[in-house]
Amino acid sequence: MRRGAARPRPSRWPALLVNAALVLAAAATLVPLLWMVSVSLMPTGEANVFPPAFLPSRVTFEHYRALFSRLALGRYLLNSTLIASAVTLVSLLLNAMAGYAFAKLRFAGRDRLFGLLLAALVIPTQVALLPLFLLMRWLGLVNTYWGVVVPAMASVFGIFLVRQFALSLPDELLDAARIDGASELRIFRSLILPLCRPVLLTLAIFTFLATWNDFTWPLVVLSDGSMYTLPIALSNLSGEHFRDTELMMAGAVLTITPVLLLFIALQRYYIEGILLGSVKE
Amino acid sequence: MSGDRAAAAAAGARGAAARRGVPAEARAALWLLAPGLAVIGVFFLLPAAAALLLSLTDFDIYALADLGNLRFVGLGNYRRLLADPIFWTALRNTFYFAFVGGPLSVLVSLVAALLLDSRLARWRGLFRTVFFAPVVTTLVAVAVVWRYLYHPRFGLLNRFLGWVGLPAIDWLGDPRWAMPAIILLAVWKNFGYNMIVFLAGLQNVPATLYEAARIDGAGWWRQLRHITLPMLAPTFLFVAVITMIGYFQLFTEPYVMTRGEGGPVNSTLSVVLLMYKQGFRFWNMGYGAAVAFVLFVVIVCVTALQLLLRRRGGERA
Repeated sequence: MRRGAARPRPSRWPALLVNAALVLAAAATLVPLLWMVSVSLMPTGEANVFPPAFLPSRVTFEHYRALFSRLALGRYLLNSTLIASAVTLVSLLLNAMAGYAFAKLRFAGRDRLFGLLLAALVIPTQVALLPLFLLMRWLGLVNTYWGVVVPAMASVFGIFLVRQFALSLPDELLDAARIDGASELRIFRSLILPLCRPVLLTLAIFTFLATWNDFTWPLVVLSDGSMYTLPIALSNLSGEHFRDTELMMAGAVLTITPVLLLFIALQRYYIEGILLGSVKE
Repeated sequence: MSGDRAAAAAAGARGAAARRGVPAEARAALWLLAPGLAVIGVFFLLPAAAALLLSLTDFDIYALADLGNLRFVGLGNYRRLLADPIFWTALRNTFYFAFVGGPLSVLVSLVAALLLDSRLARWRGLFRTVFFAPVVTTLVAVAVVWRYLYHPRFGLLNRFLGWVGLPAIDWLGDPRWAMPAIILLAVWKNFGYNMIVFLAGLQNVPATLYEAARIDGAGWWRQLRHITLPMLAPTFLFVAVITMIGYFQLFTEPYVMTRGEGGPVNSTLSVVLLMYKQGFRFWNMGYGAAVAFVLFVVIVCVTALQLLLRRRGGERA
């Protein structure tokens, strides 16, 4: 069977095994999310029965209505959207500026400065948490949108990502623009920003999702209920209404859906970001 | 890039200019760098450095009201910390999470990547999206969902256990099972990320290596052991380092699943959760800063150890 020019007909078993394993793993991955949706549509009390049910006996949207009318989740949805959009827009600009400068502009000590910045990646963000809170308190930014937005306006990771991409832009293009008399500002605005579009889109999705999902810092800096982002509101709600399982699940669905849709729509850019961030240099 | 001598000379000139700097570009760089670096400096590096100073003081609620009440206590917080059994519990829990959850997470990522990379796999794009979906979900929301999955009576997990004839487990109520429950959630949530990194690594393994091995009669297992895994070594190191650094910062999972307590009987209390409770619930900010700083030192040591072990391994090979 091993010999002969014709390849032996492969056994069907390995293929079956590989695909069965994939289907099983996919089911295990999806069950928590599907059950979350299913329970959010159950009439009150149906989630607390034994043995647990997989599907609602009758589909109802009452919990989603309750979230918006009784629990004012619309406000938190707005807060989360505003904060995540502001962080994304501002940090995109500042990271693009710095990333481009590190990649393409020639100044003394550039690579040493960039190395120092990368070394800061070992410092866990939690180390800065307590003093950062005191700083924000001193600046009067505790319990404001700015308190969440300001510390996130630039990031080492974002600068790194833009630099990695900008390194591949041809120097000749910049030199030609300079010979034509373009100012450095103009080169950045009209040449670099458009060329960096793919990496900026990647970074935008990364930043938006990370800000939307962030828990620790908003938990620390936002103390007034009306300022909460969705994750903080959900965490509080799950403490107070922990018996209203169906309501909690509806809240979880509402928190996850926007980011999940965004990811599915722009998946390619997100995954490119992971790869750009993990290549060895 | 081309063999052209003029281009090489131009590149050489650029290299020299890059080292010395070009005045017009240096001026532009200053303006472009200043905002971003200022934000990182003021809102990250400065507070991180201040944490060290804060940990040498008895900053508490009285100091919060009036800085006149602040006293320098030297290494007092660290001495108190080392004598505090709660701190050691938190440290042990964090090591448990990182050293069991971290490797498990990497292993699941690797298996998922190998399955997806197999030539026999179908609908790869679909499976990849499904496996990745938990990564982009909001941790707080899925922690709420999993808390319910773990419910001893109404949760699905015990129902599945019942199907295969296993007894029900009080996942979050039993101190022996609470940390495994949190590890399971973390693995489910995170494996998709490293899977993507591994997939990229797998695609970089030259196909000719596998062809040669097949001609030599090497089976699936020997190809995995002697080609795939050695070729993945650099990817492995990157994934291991990043995963461990992340896992040492465990906070949100126990916070949401145990309503901010780290229970039952402190079995899921992590170092960061302890820092949070000390700093923001009891306002013992000096003590909390000392906790944070110990975590920093632990992370640096573990990262250095991983890099060192890897270098040793590289020399032997």
